Amino acid sequence: MNRREAISSVTLLLGGTLLGAEAFLAGCKSPAADLSLSFSADDISFLNEVAETILPATSSPGAKEAKVGDFMAVIVKDCYEGKDQTIFKEGMIKLQEACKKSAGKSFMEATPEQRHDLLVALDKEQKEYQDKKKPEDPTHYFRMMKELTLWGYFTSEIGATKALRYVAVPGKYEGCIPYKKGDKAWAT
Amino acid sequence: MAEQTFDAIVVGSGISGGWAAKELTEKGLKVLMLERGRNIEHIKDYVNANKEAWDFPHRGRKTQEMIKDYPVLNRDYPLNETNLDYWVNEKESPYTEVKRYDWFRGYHVGGRSLMWGRQSYRWSDFDFEANAKDGIAVDWPVRYKDIAPWYDYVEKFAGISGNRDGLTQLPDGQFLPPMEMTCVEKDASKRLKEYYKGARQMIIGRTANLTVAHEGRTNCQYRNKCWLGCQFGAYFSTQSSTLPAAQKTGNLTLRPWSIVTKILYDKDKKRATGVEVLDAENNQTYVYNAKIIFLNASTFNSSWILMNSATDIWPEGLGSSSGELGHNIMDHHLGVGAGGKVDGYEDKYYYGRRANGIYIPRFRNLFGDKRDYLRGFGYQGGAGREGYRHEVAELSIGGAYKDALTEPGSWTMGIMGFGEIIPDHANKITLDKNKKDKWGLPVLSFDAELKENELKMRKDMQEDAKEMLDAMGVKNINGYDANGIQGRGIHEMGTARMGADPKTSVVNKNNQVWDAPNVFVTDGSFMTSAACVNPSLTYMAFTARAADFAVSELKKQNL
Repeated sequence: MNRREAISSVTLLLGGTLLGAEAFLAGCKSPAADLSLSFSADDISFLNEVAETILPATSSPGAKEAKVGDFMAVIVKDCYEGKDQTIFKEGMIKLQEACKKSAGKSFMEATPEQRHDLLVALDKEQKEYQDKKKPEDPTHYFRMMKELTLWGYFTSEIGATKALRYVAVPGKYEGCIPYKKGDKAWAT
Repeated sequence: MAEQTFDAIVVGSGISGGWAAKELTEKGLKVLMLERGRNIEHIKDYVNANKEAWDFPHRGRKTQEMIKDYPVLNRDYPLNETNLDYWVNEKESPYTEVKRYDWFRGYHVGGRSLMWGRQSYRWSDFDFEANAKDGIAVDWPVRYKDIAPWYDYVEKFAGISGNRDGLTQLPDGQFLPPMEMTCVEKDASKRLKEYYKGARQMIIGRTANLTVAHEGRTNCQYRNKCWLGCQFGAYFSTQSSTLPAAQKTGNLTLRPWSIVTKILYDKDKKRATGVEVLDAENNQTYVYNAKIIFLNASTFNSSWILMNSATDIWPEGLGSSSGELGHNIMDHHLGVGAGGKVDGYEDKYYYGRRANGIYIPRFRNLFGDKRDYLRGFGYQGGAGREGYRHEVAELSIGGAYKDALTEPGSWTMGIMGFGEIIPDHANKITLDKNKKDKWGLPVLSFDAELKENELKMRKDMQEDAKEMLDAMGVKNINGYDANGIQGRGIHEMGTARMGADPKTSVVNKNNQVWDAPNVFVTDGSFMTSAACVNPSLTYMAFTARAADFAVSELKKQNL
């Protein structure tokens, strides 16, 4: 990351497109992270399914194949502040409870359609909450999950090379070329 | 090491030290280049240069562990796992902050020439004359005509790509072909020029990246990973450029792990005789002698060395007789600007990752414009398309959403200002003898801040950015002003300023310390004012000029 990228990421501050995980990237005030935090194999499977629901396999592999659940656990464990770790872990339970309420079963037992509908509702909930909340209020857990899913998938080797276009050594720079709808974005 | 005496000693191997070593060895001197940190060999030691996000445990970001170990680096973008080893160990090398000062250092061969932003702009006489015109600090004892041939000289070797824009406040240089602008930037520049009737311009950045092969180095491959080290040698650094040139002469001895603790001074001859070195690995002390010493330890560290030298004659150190040593800290204040969305251009894109941006040269307090503050600022930035982090209408979860994210998003454009800081005697470093670093050496204490002139300037920096983006057709514009703390520009300057009078300056017009004419200071510490452009090119020019002078003086037996 360089200063020029930091300038461009500020442009993302417009219109609420800044997603949750940026909070920890901005630097921490109270690094009381719980480094003993752990995610069980079931936790990881659950997170993989949540991620797969957000970014499923289409013509390119989905988040599960890119092991986004594992990625989420590593980031929450090593990079999140203590308070955000708590929100995330409690959020996993809240998501399960929301699923039981709307589909009558656990997330792992729910159908793809039920999972999809649930997450659409949760995403709507987190967007409305995030838009209204004060800067010092906690981040919504689903904002974190969605942000980690997007980041985890599109910076994975599978996501970058199969869903996007990755060129390791471009060799040249062409500043102004045509773009055809349907062409994939550059991965890096 | 058997050799104890050299013709010249260069302290520091960064962007200016490398040049001193190259110039002096090429002129036939036996040179010892001392670097306080480890060696980083070109290509061989660029361990992360080919890694992508997925090759890093945390995709290149930072962990809580890193935040704990690097609280200062954490204050800005440099803290991340892609090049953590290129930044100073804060536990080993602490410093004291009377007022908050963000100091981001690279203690290794090459210094920050490995990680720098590479933007390279010349000064004009607007900059050299500024102190005299404003009645501030002291006048520069040189003018553009003295330095212009040296800008030519260093640009020709370093390889600077840029466009000849014909601007008096930003003189053209010896350029390699410029990089291209994106479609949005091209149109935006046209609109900017029309709107302000030619008074303001947006140009392609002038960068120390090669656009054609040059001096045996390969041209930029547009990976935009410069700060990890470049195996193509495509950007200027000590490793890619000046060090190989110096080594080719056979006259260079490079000694890493060498902390210079003081300059040794003969008060009868009124000359430095050499330096004392503390070996950072074995903690032994060594003495090296030389006829000439170049101080290029980086701004504050060069002054630290002076402060610790000849204290039996001058308690405040060598070069302190004017009372200016340690004073007049400057930087470029930044973190203020604006950004927004650009409608349209959905059928336009780019290929390659440009290691450069656009630049809007200074227009304030020039050409008849007068504001309620002195000096001015330029902007860096660019326009690109959003990546996967873009909103998709109506979609938020699922396959169609994912596929929509795989296409580029809207165009956005942002610019951030780099503002000149006025030299103020009150902005200073002193030695904190109560705090020691890992090697038992006293650390520096920083007492510097943005003053009224800078704060007033920042208002324009944000408002002008918004107004210009609007004129360029950008929508949903958001301005920001985040943290104008000194040091964040990573362009620290001052503390051993150049001047015409030994009573009010530390070095003379040839970068010689008044009190020790065989000691030359050519890193950022000699700067008498700061201008608003990235300073490294200017350090290179003054270094080459001073080296040329030093050798001619040596030949005349004046030193």
